[in-house]
Amino acid sequence: MKFALAGNPNSGKTTLFNSLTGSTAHVGNWPGVTIDKRSGFYKKGGGNVEIIDLPGIYSLSPYTPEEVVSRNFLLDEKPDCIINIVDSTNLERNLYLTTQLLELDVPVVIALNMTDALKKEGGEIDAAELERLFGVPSVKISALVGDGLDLLMQRAVNAAKQKRAGRSVLDSGKCAGVINAIKELYIKDNISNPLFHAVKLVENDGIETAANAAFAAKAEELKKGVETGVFEGDFEGLIADARYRYISENLAAVQKKPAPRAVGFLTKSDKIDRVLTHKVWGIPIFLLIMLGVFHITFGENFLFLGGWLIPESFDSAIFGSGALNSPGVIIFNLMDAATSRLGEVVSSALPEGMWYTSMISDGLFGGVFAVLSFVPQILVLFLFLSILEDSGYMARVAFIMDRAFRRFGLSGKAFMPLVMCFGCAVPGIMATRTLENKEERQRAIFLTPFFSCGAKLPIWAAFAGVFAMYRGLNAELTVFSMYILGIVVAIVSAFLLKATIIKGETPPFIMELPSYRAPKPKNTIIHLWQKLKHYVIRAGTIIAAATVVIWFLSSFSFSFEWVGADGNPEGSILGLISKYVFRWVFYPLGFAMGENGWMFVVATLTGLIAKEVVVATMGVFAGMDGDEALETEGSELGGTALGGVIISVGGMLGGLNVAIPAMFAFMAFNLLSVPCMAAVAAARSELNDKKMLFKAIAFWIITAYAVSLVIFWVGTLYTLAFWAGFAVTAAIVAAIAGAVWHRLKKTERKG
Amino acid sequence: MQKKLNDFIPDEKGTVKNVNAEGKIRRRLFDMGVTPGAEITMRKTAPLGDPIEITLRGYELSLRKSEAETVVLEVTK
Repeated sequence: MKFALAGNPNSGKTTLFNSLTGSTAHVGNWPGVTIDKRSGFYKKGGGNVEIIDLPGIYSLSPYTPEEVVSRNFLLDEKPDCIINIVDSTNLERNLYLTTQLLELDVPVVIALNMTDALKKEGGEIDAAELERLFGVPSVKISALVGDGLDLLMQRAVNAAKQKRAGRSVLDSGKCAGVINAIKELYIKDNISNPLFHAVKLVENDGIETAANAAFAAKAEELKKGVETGVFEGDFEGLIADARYRYISENLAAVQKKPAPRAVGFLTKSDKIDRVLTHKVWGIPIFLLIMLGVFHITFGENFLFLGGWLIPESFDSAIFGSGALNSPGVIIFNLMDAATSRLGEVVSSALPEGMWYTSMISDGLFGGVFAVLSFVPQILVLFLFLSILEDSGYMARVAFIMDRAFRRFGLSGKAFMPLVMCFGCAVPGIMATRTLENKEERQRAIFLTPFFSCGAKLPIWAAFAGVFAMYRGLNAELTVFSMYILGIVVAIVSAFLLKATIIKGETPPFIMELPSYRAPKPKNTIIHLWQKLKHYVIRAGTIIAAATVVIWFLSSFSFSFEWVGADGNPEGSILGLISKYVFRWVFYPLGFAMGENGWMFVVATLTGLIAKEVVVATMGVFAGMDGDEALETEGSELGGTALGGVIISVGGMLGGLNVAIPAMFAFMAFNLLSVPCMAAVAAARSELNDKKMLFKAIAFWIITAYAVSLVIFWVGTLYTLAFWAGFAVTAAIVAAIAGAVWHRLKKTERKG
Repeated sequence: MQKKLNDFIPDEKGTVKNVNAEGKIRRRLFDMGVTPGAEITMRKTAPLGDPIEITLRGYELSLRKSEAETVVLEVTK
């Protein structure tokens, strides 16, 4: 048997699904759209019932993908029963969806959730009365505690064994005559769910009228005889109104309302909200919470305890040197130590100096472990985000931030995914799923690389260190400037995108602010586990393949001879291509100009796979083994891994005979171009549109190129002839940008 | 007295008379329960001045002022 689980967002649907299906849940995508499709099995009581969790919806309108997916499933897949979960504390609006589900010729069982919470407020629901009113079984449950679930399933199984004809609350209304006449037409044509189709047709539903143009014409004719009052011929509004009217008229019999609140009485939720969305304190509190989340995930000086604790008292490789790391960094270090140990064990078991040893330890392990080492921090970040989401605070974040985001064609909801990208673009891209509007989702994904992620930080740190050592530039300012550059580019790009390749109105913002609730650990853990599975599978497949390819290109010459033995890829395919082909592509950006310019090109190209590789590649070129530098010269710089990296980069820059503007152009290119293969893979699955993905990749590379070009030439010509240089650069950039936008627009029009 | 929802001040109440939005936004408002006859209490505006938060049918809804402008109410208190 196959049951569909339907209900409003925030009605406890996910909790009920998790309670019913336990560990059997499977997550995928609905065909053609990136909306989670979750299904699992209920195995108690001898039966084997498949439960499909439909997206949380308020209605079955034709306007949002969630609603269309749910509707198509109910009509095409013909579930044996619909379990309609209803939030008892919010009965009026929840039953609105129920009135639509009841019009299908499918057995329905109503699960009255959160009756315990209603009781606390002094309210009560008469399930028997609701059963009489709608003519379908109604069971009081607590999805959280697990109360009433067996009875619910028992009644659902019984209901599924019987046939049920759709019933409408519009039976007694103004439209009843028209609906019945149209229903007869559907019955004559032998179409299943005639009542549902008839109501949708009368509603002027776009999907329905397109499918049955002849019936629609007939309906238009019949509708002329109906008096529509304030709705002035709008049947969509008339029917929505009739549904709510029916519910509010019958509500009193079903529900004993909580005692009327005294004037000025505030619920717990109201009190919390008074603080968290306060006119003055709302935004500072929000920023503080964000800072806290990032500090616990990425901070290297946990709670700024560094000055108090004696660093020698703990293992510096794991807990941090000089200061206690935050929990996120500690488990990152643990994971890192575990994977390096594993890598060492495996490579020591393999014969030394052979190409396959290098492929496994340098290529495969290097790449996959680099990606896997982010798992702990992604998990910690997601743990917090899912707590914020479950508690109801995320909706308030959207409420607070909406105004600031609107002008960029984004809504307040886009804030979270974008901020996450400062940590890692992969969870950021995955979180764009929460955005309702397709264009908004695309815009947000296009902007993700511009928020400097954790893996790019070592690049900034290394260069900042070198600049500080040789030129006396303030290191923190150098790092900070990259973050600011990214944000500025993101803002400009958001405008450009809205005006060019991703047009479309700013999405509407009509959103429920759910009551605050304590997050449920079980839900959070299941949620985390599903995210983790997704990410690890990707690391094991796409990224493993990509790293092996890169390893091959940088270890073999064109005659397929292994040149990787001495650890210098100068004669490799990648080295040669960089030296003789890509170097000229990057030539105008400055950093490819010098004698060693091609090395930066190799670093940039490998950086497209993962940004961690950029510094590692430079270490190889500088002729310095990273570990050795750590132990010797690195120790002078505090013995940190960073110290080693600074030495490598410094060595490569040859005491800095390279122009500073060229180096900034190099950093800018790495900041803005394709972030990494993991992010591309995430973007691919979230965009779910190959053409859009190619556009995104092209957009990133072109933006990176154009901005680097400006930085290099403005920086270089500033000392010579600032204005002349500026004019030339501006002209070049404008010409390139114009040509590119024109092209992209043309391809868009063709598509 | 009739007034648009975006002109309401906190704690002011009204009954919906008419919704003038179109298309998708109109349907969304109806689906969320903003239908003629619904009683609405204005709660507050967001820290940046927009959107607003209202209470209707026993729950909290937030919407932008541009969307609230399409909702005409009879002020009750």
